[in-house]
Amino acid sequence: MIRTLHRWPGLIAAAFLIILALSGMALSVFPALEVASSPSAVAQQSVGDLATMVLKQHPTVEQIKRAPSGRITAWWFDGNTPGSAVVDPATGQDVGNADPNPVEQWLINLHRSLFLDDNGRIVMAVAAAAMLVLALSGALLVTRRVGGWRNWFTRLRGPQAGRLHSELARVAVPVLVLSALTALWMSASTFNLLPTDEANAAFPTAVSGQTGFAPDQIAALRETPVSALRDLTFPAAGDAQDVFTLTTSTGMGYLDQGNGQTLGWADNGPWAQAYEWIYLLHTGQGAALWGLILGLMVLSVPVLAVTGMLTWAKGRRGRPRLRGMVAAARAQTVILVGSEGGSTWGFATTLAQALQAGGQSVHMAALNSFAPDSYRTAERIVVMSATWGDGTAPTSARGALERLATATPTVPMTILGFGDSSFPDFCGYARSFEAMAREKGWQLLLPEARIDRASPQEFARWGLAFGQEIGLPLELHHQPAMPKIKALTLVSRRDYGEAVQAPAAILRFALPKVGLWDRLMGRDMGRFQAGDLLGIVPEGAKVPRYYSLASSTADGFAEIVARKHPGGLCSGQLMALQPGDNVQAFIRVNPDFHPDKGTTPLILIGAGTGIGPLSGFIRNQGARRPVHLWFGARHPDTDLFYGKELSDWSDRGWLSGLSTAFSRSGKRHYVQDALHHDAEALRELISIGARIMVCGGREMAHGVQAALAEILEPIGVSAAALKSEGRYVEDVY
Amino acid sequence: MQIKSLLSALALTTAMTLPGYAMARQVTLTTHLNNYGGNGAYLAIYVTDSSGAYAGSLWMAGGRAQYYRHLGDWMRYTGGNTGEVAGITGASVGSGGSLKLSVDLADKLFDAGYTLHIDAAAENMRESPNEVHVPLTTKGAGKAINGRRYISDFTYSF
Repeated sequence: MIRTLHRWPGLIAAAFLIILALSGMALSVFPALEVASSPSAVAQQSVGDLATMVLKQHPTVEQIKRAPSGRITAWWFDGNTPGSAVVDPATGQDVGNADPNPVEQWLINLHRSLFLDDNGRIVMAVAAAAMLVLALSGALLVTRRVGGWRNWFTRLRGPQAGRLHSELARVAVPVLVLSALTALWMSASTFNLLPTDEANAAFPTAVSGQTGFAPDQIAALRETPVSALRDLTFPAAGDAQDVFTLTTSTGMGYLDQGNGQTLGWADNGPWAQAYEWIYLLHTGQGAALWGLILGLMVLSVPVLAVTGMLTWAKGRRGRPRLRGMVAAARAQTVILVGSEGGSTWGFATTLAQALQAGGQSVHMAALNSFAPDSYRTAERIVVMSATWGDGTAPTSARGALERLATATPTVPMTILGFGDSSFPDFCGYARSFEAMAREKGWQLLLPEARIDRASPQEFARWGLAFGQEIGLPLELHHQPAMPKIKALTLVSRRDYGEAVQAPAAILRFALPKVGLWDRLMGRDMGRFQAGDLLGIVPEGAKVPRYYSLASSTADGFAEIVARKHPGGLCSGQLMALQPGDNVQAFIRVNPDFHPDKGTTPLILIGAGTGIGPLSGFIRNQGARRPVHLWFGARHPDTDLFYGKELSDWSDRGWLSGLSTAFSRSGKRHYVQDALHHDAEALRELISIGARIMVCGGREMAHGVQAALAEILEPIGVSAAALKSEGRYVEDVY
Repeated sequence: MQIKSLLSALALTTAMTLPGYAMARQVTLTTHLNNYGGNGAYLAIYVTDSSGAYAGSLWMAGGRAQYYRHLGDWMRYTGGNTGEVAGITGASVGSGGSLKLSVDLADKLFDAGYTLHIDAAAENMRESPNEVHVPLTTKGAGKAINGRRYISDFTYSF
């Protein structure tokens, strides 16, 4: 519902919003220019003094106005020639042209009416209303996505266009709401939809009939500071019946030109006062700095429009066509898909094709089309659904739960949830759907089936089980579009371990150069940080091998530490790689193995090539929190990876503690031994909230956990408890 | 009530003549504007009698009443009462444009000390009350009068 409310106004109004935003942004500069180019105000000056100054220079002055910026303009006639100028309040002298800036006027007319007068004003007001709807619905979507207002500024994941969209929106949304609301208020005022209570004093019925009272003698003008002045209109020359008309920020009235008496005064009503603030907030006139901030924030609108449309287009493209599909009423198997980004459609297609190959007739549709009554020949329904945010329906499943709630159970149903177990509420939507189906009495095949992080292996296993259920051998070879595979070029390698017959190397790859457009379209490798994985597809194989990254996107390169495994296809190719050679690679994020945002100490424990991601953590965390490293290698001379950097980082203070253990030299220590040696220090670190990150081989990780369990036992902390809290994480291979 | 007895009506609306003023003639009012380079100008065209008292409005170019306060003299005479221009209001006149009106005016208005006035104003520009003021005489018909800021010339003709 909210997404529909966000999508359609966005798609329809995008072009108008871009015009509004660009013209508004350009206009936001003018208040500041006006302030910068206007003579400064004179402190405490009264309107009487100002009028006297101006009269000296222009005896035939008719009107003096003060703009919200403080700029004073005077209009007069020399004989029959009209004259006007910006005047310096200190001297009354002309300092500049008073004609409105034609560029500004042009922009204003574009901004508010597209040069189409009232019709244009209505169009632009509707666009402003669309912006309000977009901002509010967008704010709700972001809140839902991050799981509550309190997480408003949390880190976002996902494809670049969508992420940029949300990240920008989070910052700009308050200003966009304000701009839209004030715009609508101003439009309503222009179309006379709001009460008008601007001061309108009745013209005096009787005047003194005298002339010649000087402005600085008139009490009302002496008492009104220039800062409150809006407009002072002088009596027409030679008309003794005419009066001074004074308009201030609070009201307006008439003053006698013969004796200076106030002949009538009226104050602005609350609507008129409110309008002054609305005008200031919308235009920045009278608050130049605010105007610039507004302009800057509004600059987000074109970017939001483009990224929003890209995200939408991508979602549409993600939906594949199934060849040989039959109508819902004639299918034996109906596959219903709840997908947000489109990857679940891929899995569904694989299943559909496998069923078709087994002679089944298949219908595949979005989950929101759920209508079991119309599946007349169906033998089963397969629901495959991802989850959006904290358990909400993904786009193509909107409304399905409500339909399920009112449907009568028909044929057996199986529900397969897709999700990422590193997020809270894993497969939340599939679970709700399943719970509802159970409650309504549907017969469920293979309950609680879940696929974690689009794993083809898990999907294949599920396929086998499902095939058995339906009596049809199913082999599901899903190639999840191994997305964004790029050729990475080796730029440098540092070799280790030759002497101990265990060749290893730190390999550094240059990142491919990607233009902004491709990045927005998601055609880059994606952002990564140390701890994420680099998938490398070796020549002659289809299945990628994963290596932990020691660097982040910000470093500008991808670095891994790899050791040659006897007979290993991928590691063998990597070891043979020379600078200038390429590998086919892609990024897979590994959010479990990222340092948290806190400032409590980090305990890094690793052995061998496991130092890779840990070195990255030292580089980007060392400056902001204490980092302690326990590192196990074979021999200090052969495979102490990053040996030089480690001592540099210690010198710089990025490493608060460094302990090494060598298994093939001296006392033949393992990293567990080093931990035991520092048991007291470790207990202290854990007691102040330190977080443990372990990277390396499986055996080492087991040893480390056993050692830590022993070490922490005296203070009543178990390794298992730390793991469940997320304070003890591992990246093990 | 004076306005209703003074002005029969405008040809643009109805070509009615009121009882007692059967003698009326059709008058064409032509206003040419300068290229003052701003948004459309608001023009208030109205008449005062020989004593200088407001006698009635002939036309209001400009549809939004909230801007009428920039037409200073007209405001002063009418207190901004939009009833004075109900039914005789049109669009504002663009820079360099012109306004041509046909009105039925009573014969009595001519050569009797009545004066036709035009107040003008445009957004963010000077207010120009009494931009044009011309006595209504049979002799003066067809003679162009220059305005001060917005109006290049104004003519009334039979």
